[in-house]
Amino acid sequence: MQKNLLWRLIVILGALLVFLFGILGIPQGLSGHDLLKAMTDRIHLGLDLRGGTHLILQVQVNDAVNVDAQNAIEVLKEQLNKHKISFADISQPDPQNNPDHIQLKGIPPEGHKDLMDIASERLPEYNVSSGANNTYMLNMKPQMLTDLKNRAVTQAIETIRNRIDQLGVSEPTIQEHGLGQYQILVQLPDVDDPGRVKDIMQSTAMLEIKQVIGGPYPSDQAALQDKGGVLPPDAILLPGHGAPGAPPDQEAWYLVSRVSAVRGKDLRDAQPSTDQNGQPSVHFTLTGEGGQRFYNFTSAHVDDRLAVVLDNKVQEVANIKEPIRDTGEISGGSMTEQQAKDLSMILRSGALPAGIKYLEERTVGPSLGADSIRHGVTAAIIGMLAVLIFMLIYYRAAGINADVALLLNLVILLGFMGYFEAVLTLPGIAGVILTVGMGVDSNVLIFERIREELRNGKTPPSAVDQGFSHAWITIVDTHVTTIVSAAILFIFGTGPVKGFAVTLTFGLLANLFTAVFVSRAIFDWVLSRKQRGDALSI
Amino acid sequence: MEFFHNPNFDFLGKKWYFLAFSLVFSVAGVWSMLFWHHIPYGIDFRGGTLVYVKFSHTPNINELRHEIDHAGLHNFKIQNYDIPSNNEVLIDLDVQETSEQALDKGKAQIIRTLETNVPSGKIDLNNAPVLTIKQYLMDKDPMHLGSDADQKYTQQAQDIVNTRDKVHGGVLSNFDELKGAVDPAAVASLPDGFFLSDFGVRNVEIVGPEVGAQLRKQAILATVYSLAGMLIYLGFRFEWIYGVAAVVTVFHDTLITVGAFSLLDKDISLTVIAAILTLIGYSNNDTIVVFDRIRENIKLMRREKLSDIVNRSINQTLSRTILTAGLTFLTVLALYLFGGEVLRGFSLALVIGILIGTYSSIAIAAPILVAYQDWRVKKGKRPTAMPVRTR
Repeated sequence: MQKNLLWRLIVILGALLVFLFGILGIPQGLSGHDLLKAMTDRIHLGLDLRGGTHLILQVQVNDAVNVDAQNAIEVLKEQLNKHKISFADISQPDPQNNPDHIQLKGIPPEGHKDLMDIASERLPEYNVSSGANNTYMLNMKPQMLTDLKNRAVTQAIETIRNRIDQLGVSEPTIQEHGLGQYQILVQLPDVDDPGRVKDIMQSTAMLEIKQVIGGPYPSDQAALQDKGGVLPPDAILLPGHGAPGAPPDQEAWYLVSRVSAVRGKDLRDAQPSTDQNGQPSVHFTLTGEGGQRFYNFTSAHVDDRLAVVLDNKVQEVANIKEPIRDTGEISGGSMTEQQAKDLSMILRSGALPAGIKYLEERTVGPSLGADSIRHGVTAAIIGMLAVLIFMLIYYRAAGINADVALLLNLVILLGFMGYFEAVLTLPGIAGVILTVGMGVDSNVLIFERIREELRNGKTPPSAVDQGFSHAWITIVDTHVTTIVSAAILFIFGTGPVKGFAVTLTFGLLANLFTAVFVSRAIFDWVLSRKQRGDALSI
Repeated sequence: MEFFHNPNFDFLGKKWYFLAFSLVFSVAGVWSMLFWHHIPYGIDFRGGTLVYVKFSHTPNINELRHEIDHAGLHNFKIQNYDIPSNNEVLIDLDVQETSEQALDKGKAQIIRTLETNVPSGKIDLNNAPVLTIKQYLMDKDPMHLGSDADQKYTQQAQDIVNTRDKVHGGVLSNFDELKGAVDPAAVASLPDGFFLSDFGVRNVEIVGPEVGAQLRKQAILATVYSLAGMLIYLGFRFEWIYGVAAVVTVFHDTLITVGAFSLLDKDISLTVIAAILTLIGYSNNDTIVVFDRIRENIKLMRREKLSDIVNRSINQTLSRTILTAGLTFLTVLALYLFGGEVLRGFSLALVIGILIGTYSSIAIAAPILVAYQDWRVKKGKRPTAMPVRTR
């Protein structure tokens, strides 16, 4: 008996030490300040307590599908021309909702075989079906479409992570938000100015250099009129900054080539710099291959104008004086130094595969977080004291037993949080309080049962034994049901709610150990010191 | 000390009173959900913009309402947050004022509206982010720093924001309040570029309509899964009728809690749903304790009627039920009273739910078992009072 008890005492002390280490690690010192610091180093505070920004954004995956489909259209046109098959039109009938659908019109019947060959050889990810009146329909195979969309989300996450890392935000969370479709969850602790970060994340950073065919025009209507109402098929109209010297908010439209001489993926580096007027600008360098293409382009177009286009907006227009190989500059507009820095960083981090849209934005100011910590801790201390004092009054000596178990429960709960690097949120603090309230349930169940057995005339050792063994099944049942609830919360919840589910689950698991194992050991220890026939204080 | 000594109440005899009591509250709640306050969805579920603004003085709500309306925002509610002496108001913009394209338009508009009498060319220090303050200090260079200016001024800007937010609750009313925590030269340089408005934005929540619909669906799913999980577990541990009785009971608790929120017109937020899911687990605890005892007693008292066994079981566990419910209630009450406004809805749901959950495990769950048994007897089936598997 004594030996058994000693063994159990060692287990309990071991658990206490292990979990205390989980909470505190090795603290610098033993003053209150040092201990608090050691604790906050291990247990991270959630955004709602420390302040920060929480964003949910959606990747417009159809953008990526559109790019792929437009590529496919280019391939089709090129190949059909090569095989000398005539066609009336190749287009996307519904680019908004079904961007992967491509319609071919006016393919002569004798072109059928060649078209099928082209499709199976060059566009294996598409299904081809023929319709009436020499039309054909291409649409992407469902599996390919899903892959393409998921890849867009993964790439977007990577790009956003690159950008945020360069901003120097500490401990950001960037992950797919599984609860929605193509959504990303971004949490930025301590960021008090979401505006700038949002702009940086949202910028698709699609850099292109195109040939200028006409402009600037004061409006898109004016451009159309100039071209007699119809745009040349290989040109597009893009908005841009005003002509040099004009007020910066004046509209200007340029007619530029549809094909780009240089694309974002040809970039090797981008750095903030200043242009010849001393204005902030971004200096970029091209890769070898991109540089070669750029050299060919500029050699062929000396004295023409080129446009630097960023996210479908003309940033700058310049004359080509001589062939350029691999460097360029983006200035124009009225870039501030900060904007030049941000833009070069965005360009370095790569383009987003698709646009993003913000769905949810929550900012917690640090002042509110500080208030929340104060309130949460106050409530926790008052709630705990109330329970501890009540147990002492109601169960006398056995109350000490319950209180020891409860305090150990708390230590284990916080230790768990330290080891698992769980995040403590305000509802999480509520979970801690609730654990105390619910954890004491196990003690009450056992104690009431012991009292009942004592009333029925059992001796204290046998009453304790019966009390524990009868209550055990019930305790397991009650814990399982609450943990089921908490698990569902964990799966469906985000942020603060998840924190609540975590503390509740850890707390209840710890309670199984403290209320049953620890409390039993204390009872046995008390009984072992009593004479046969002595009453139990409960 | 003991509250109950061998209690012997006839709970089942009062089942009609219990039923009436439950019906009154359920019907009142459902009526309110359908015809009165409806389901008061919080911002998480309906979408919209919430801006928490702290003032340095007690704000005049009517005046604020007028100003914001004048600025072109019409679908909004404005109310004191917490007690009025806290000088904090909550501006609640409807989802109609929350644009899909620019999610934070409404927030920017509110801040612009509240910033009255702006000295030209100056920035509001109470709503300026760290970066803006740092940029200003870098330009002014009041401390005449050399190479590590960037780092030092970032630290100064951080100190300014910390003092503003953590020491002065988000609003400074005087530049002198920064003295002590921030370099005096830096403080002295601030009034040239900054002014102090009479408010600071403490917290902003913007939820687009898409997310609102998504979260609504998830909340309902989570609740349904939770109930199904209980049904399966209890069906496995006991007989299926025990599972059904427990789930009906928990559904009753959920309905009354949500109904109470509708009657009181309190917003149901994500954390309230979390509280309700917790209650589903908690309320089951009480029910399971009673069921466990019924199962045990059925084995001991084979000759007695099920209604007597159930009554006896409830009485035997009454002391425990009241005690734990009381203790949990105590902790939840502490949360409600001292946990602050952010947790008010959450703790209110727990306060209501724990009262109802305790009541229902006695007044609803056990009578269902007896009613089922009576129904079986009436149908002429074997009066098996043993819906028990021994495990």
